[in-house]
Amino acid sequence: MQTIVKKFRNQGWYPYLFVSPFFILFLVFGLYPILYSITTSFFDWRLIGTGTPRFIGLGNYANVLNQDPFFWKAMRNTVILLVTGSLLQHFIAIPLAIMINSKAVKGKEFFKTSFFLPYITSTVSVVIIFGVLFDTNYGLVNWLLGFVSDGAKIRWLQESFGIKFVLSVVLNWKYIGWNMVIYLAGLQAIPNELYEAADIDGASSLRKHLSITIPQLLPIIFFGVALSIIGGMQIFEEPFILTGGYENLGGHQNSGLTAAYYLMFTAFKAYRLGKGSAIAWLIFLVIIVLNGVNRYVTKKLEG
Amino acid sequence: MKSSIIIKKALLYLMLGIMALVFAYLFYNVFVLATWPGDQVLRSPPHFFFGGGLAENYRQLMARIPFGRNFFNSLGIALSSTVSVIFFCTMAGFAFAKYRFRFRDQLYFFVIASMAIPGFLNIIPFYKMMVRFGWINTWLPLVVPGMAGAFGIFLMTQFLENSLPTDVLEAARIDGLGDFGILMRIVFPLARPAMAVLGIVTFVGSWNNFTGPLILLPKIEATTLPVALSLLNSRVDNNQGALMLGNALTLLPLIVIFVFFSKQIISGLTAGAVKG
Repeated sequence: MQTIVKKFRNQGWYPYLFVSPFFILFLVFGLYPILYSITTSFFDWRLIGTGTPRFIGLGNYANVLNQDPFFWKAMRNTVILLVTGSLLQHFIAIPLAIMINSKAVKGKEFFKTSFFLPYITSTVSVVIIFGVLFDTNYGLVNWLLGFVSDGAKIRWLQESFGIKFVLSVVLNWKYIGWNMVIYLAGLQAIPNELYEAADIDGASSLRKHLSITIPQLLPIIFFGVALSIIGGMQIFEEPFILTGGYENLGGHQNSGLTAAYYLMFTAFKAYRLGKGSAIAWLIFLVIIVLNGVNRYVTKKLEG
Repeated sequence: MKSSIIIKKALLYLMLGIMALVFAYLFYNVFVLATWPGDQVLRSPPHFFFGGGLAENYRQLMARIPFGRNFFNSLGIALSSTVSVIFFCTMAGFAFAKYRFRFRDQLYFFVIASMAIPGFLNIIPFYKMMVRFGWINTWLPLVVPGMAGAFGIFLMTQFLENSLPTDVLEAARIDGLGDFGILMRIVFPLARPAMAVLGIVTFVGSWNNFTGPLILLPKIEATTLPVALSLLNSRVDNNQGALMLGNALTLLPLIVIFVFFSKQIISGLTAGAVKG
């Protein structure tokens, strides 16, 4: 027996016409510049100074990897923030989703909506909000800490630890609602019979979540972590605005300097387009490797 | 047994409630701070209620950045993006969902795969291209390249595949409508719910875009609200009152949209993840 999804009969070039805008725009503004950036990365190509671009082979890559302490600092910061700002929050988002999904809780929509709001707030607003909150002398955080400690005020935005801490808080706050909604949808797709069977066996609720919920959510965890890796390795706006733009390059001891931030600085402040393109491809490589690790770990866990 | 359930329930509500309260406070605080004069925004203990500096903050804000222009740019870019994305993505989604044509599956796979490419890979040559086009400091580079975005095509294809009855299309054809007529008179009216989701998500994304206008709209008169705000934030003669009011005015439209359309926004922004 043949089953075909019923499609609209047509012979002609209309479907090609209808899908053509995407392909034209993607070729011109997407694919062509991407291929071009491979070429650019092999040139010493500056917008000011030396004049014409000069082919230097892997020179930019060698320069970045061997002689550029800023790049390694930026990579290290990015990976730290990837863990504290993007990955650890899955450990909060999943229990949060389980809590909201619990039968005992009414007003699911209310909680879902409140936790999602930061995700659609512009980064500048988020950073301004947290800048005030973590202000050394007048911020709410230090004011509240003043009740429990009599010590010196923490200079959140002027210290290495403080900058990373505040950035992590900002990233957690902004993205946790989104992750939570994804997990909520995943939870609602788990068949109830699995839990009923566990109930008959008298399993505790922690036991049930560990042996039913988490394994069932694995594909979604893989997907969520993959998106966190892609997004986390590209973090730029939050540290850029929080630490004050190109001039400050990540604030005290460059502790807020991320890889994408350094890429933007190299290209659009130092005007070294070739080196900037090389950094872009190195970040891309790291994303691919980390996602490979993610896939491997998920496969292992699935057994 | 019974009391343990009540305790569990109370604990759940307490934890969720505290979190919701913290989230709500941060937004409330934006509007509180917008009403305090510049030299009193930062105070210890922090403000919890509204002050009387709104008019002065407004004067300061207008004196420091071309707020009206920035607002107009943000709105203009967001609206033109929204309208063109809705049009081109519905058109492409219709073709992918309802036509049978050679290379359909390959082309659709290409659209989906293009979403996984990190945005910064093409940014340097793209910038140079925009310089050559003479598009710097215009709306064009922020509207044209994304007019037929892959995410929108994915969203519309999903929706039209399931919700647009093929019989209706066949009937329209028998009645003598051409392909373009069917698109305009049948598909667009029937796709309204998904178009609303796509439109709102596009608008919000464009409104919040920072990196794009930062590079492509360097002139203060030509730029959008988020970039103008960040410039205000890093100025030496920064007036805190002006900054807080600017922030509140940038945030307000989003919150209003979110209050009315939170369902559409959440379903739109999580569509790929939830189905994939």
